[in-house]
Amino acid sequence: MSAAKSGTWGVIAEFRSADELVAGAAKVREAGFTKWDAHAPFAVHGLDDAMGIKPTILPWIVLGAGVTGCVAGYVMQWWMNGVDYKIIVGGKPFNSIPSDIPVIFEVTVLLASLTAFFAMLGLNRLPELAHPLFRNASFRRATSHAFFISVEAQDPRFDAEGTERLLREAGCTRLEWIEA
Amino acid sequence: MEALLDNTRDDPEGRAPLVLGDHDDLSITEKVCRIVEAKKPPKAWYVAFAIAVSFTGILGLMIAYLFAIGVGVWGLNRPVSWGFDITNFVFWVGIGHAGTLISAILYLFRQDWRTGINRFAEAMTIFAVICAVMFPSIHVGRAWLLYWAAPIPNQMQMWPNFRSPLLWDFFAVSTYMTVSLVFWYMGLIPDLAAIRDRATSKLRATVYGIFALGWRGSNRHWHRYERAYLILAALATPLVLSVHSVVSFDFATSVLPGWHATIFPPYFVAGAIFGGFAMVLVLAVPCRQWFGMRDLITPRHLDNMCKILLATGMMVGYAYAIEFFISWYSGNPVEGFVFINRAFGPYAWAYWIMVICNVATPQVFWSKRARSNPWIIFGVAFCVNIGMWFERFVIIVTSLHRDFLPSSWGVYTPTWVEVLTLAGSFGLFFTLFLLFLRYLPMIAIAEVKGIMHKQRHGAHR
Repeated sequence: MSAAKSGTWGVIAEFRSADELVAGAAKVREAGFTKWDAHAPFAVHGLDDAMGIKPTILPWIVLGAGVTGCVAGYVMQWWMNGVDYKIIVGGKPFNSIPSDIPVIFEVTVLLASLTAFFAMLGLNRLPELAHPLFRNASFRRATSHAFFISVEAQDPRFDAEGTERLLREAGCTRLEWIEA
Repeated sequence: MEALLDNTRDDPEGRAPLVLGDHDDLSITEKVCRIVEAKKPPKAWYVAFAIAVSFTGILGLMIAYLFAIGVGVWGLNRPVSWGFDITNFVFWVGIGHAGTLISAILYLFRQDWRTGINRFAEAMTIFAVICAVMFPSIHVGRAWLLYWAAPIPNQMQMWPNFRSPLLWDFFAVSTYMTVSLVFWYMGLIPDLAAIRDRATSKLRATVYGIFALGWRGSNRHWHRYERAYLILAALATPLVLSVHSVVSFDFATSVLPGWHATIFPPYFVAGAIFGGFAMVLVLAVPCRQWFGMRDLITPRHLDNMCKILLATGMMVGYAYAIEFFISWYSGNPVEGFVFINRAFGPYAWAYWIMVICNVATPQVFWSKRARSNPWIIFGVAFCVNIGMWFERFVIIVTSLHRDFLPSSWGVYTPTWVEVLTLAGSFGLFFTLFLLFLRYLPMIAIAEVKGIMHKQRHGAHR
């Protein structure tokens, strides 16, 4: 818990509960930090607002994928059964949209769902199997029952003593430095 | 004491919370992870696993025999060309509906009690769909040509026929399988990370670590994660309703009396939810007992599921009645005959098993005493599973065996191969489910913690 050395990734501060984490996060945000994060074992209600996280672009990406799936589903069937390989079924027109609807729907949902999942991972830059935080033993409790705020040394407002003071004022119970 | 633990009251005032006992975040993690981390599972697990694997072996032998000789080893013929195989397919797909219903629809409706049961209900969904997909795949006879159903360029320079409901089914079930898997896996990520971070051995830390994808509880991650989860729920909701609708199109778009009915899609969906919830109860009641999960899968969870069983059971009963009414009201003699034949013909025994199991037995759930007795719940849910299997059997076989021309009537009897294949599919299902119980967190740890946090703030009960 000494002052930061030059090879520091940043600092983690532990909070007693989810509510104190939210209060602490609001303080860190007010101090103008940008490269920092809060860690909790579950999605804490109100933490997004306290941290000032902007709504993610994810829904628009998914919408794009859904529309693409919808168009692709139709074009595929139009091309395959209406143009390239025409089959007469029940005297219906080669290109009959009503019978295309189930497959259009399925392709839409499939593409949108896969995109929702993979775009979520991509925007979160996951998988990221190696991370400086994983080297800290007490941080392992963050997925079980502990609440942390981490501040990176690369943040322009980061200075070892000032940041430590801020986090203590924000109500943290413990503070540890993480090596890069 | 009992009054304090009663969380089944209808009046939220004075109702015990959704998570019983004196739990905090750590104790929830420990409770669920301990099962995965135990050196050895309980003895009962080994016994159950041995039985399940044996039946899976039988399934393998039956499939090998089928492939070696041909579909003739089954009792299918004219006029009954769909029998056990498609009955089993619809049965298993139906069971597969409860998981996504619980995870998606109850999520959108903010039903917090879903968190106790959603994880293993989703697992059940995936395993049930695996069993389901198997049946039409082996029924095609030459299973290695199954790829013809996929729209991929091939040496024959032919495309699949998109006007066939069977092809819609191929798309619907494979989409459902994929989306359910993604949904389930995504829910698992934070919990896998919890197991990774508690791991005492290098091997466990590595294996769970790889599948946890480096999750570190970051709230910037949680933000997108929650959004993606909501979107997936919103996409899975129409999907789950569409899948069994499309399955019902396999029948409804034909011209066969007994199949050609506009009521089929909602009727099938209600039946799927009914059968799926029954299977969730059949699995949940023993699991909460054996693995000490009674604080997390509480009487309220069981009570709610019983109510859903009662409601969907009556929808199914209503559909049975409407089918009869329409067959009379249509004035079509062939249509009328099919239903009289269903209730009083050679397969009347199957019809009445279906009616007793699906319509009569769930009525005990009007009584709160029945809804709070695990033995009765298990018994009724078990009956419903039997009844729902027979429902599909009745729909498929009785409609096929006597249609328009008496000269082409016949009777279908399954062969021993079909019976053992059905038994084997249960073996496969339980093998996968037991492996899941042993190696993955059976309760959604992170979500239960979220609910507990919400409860402390008195937002919901």
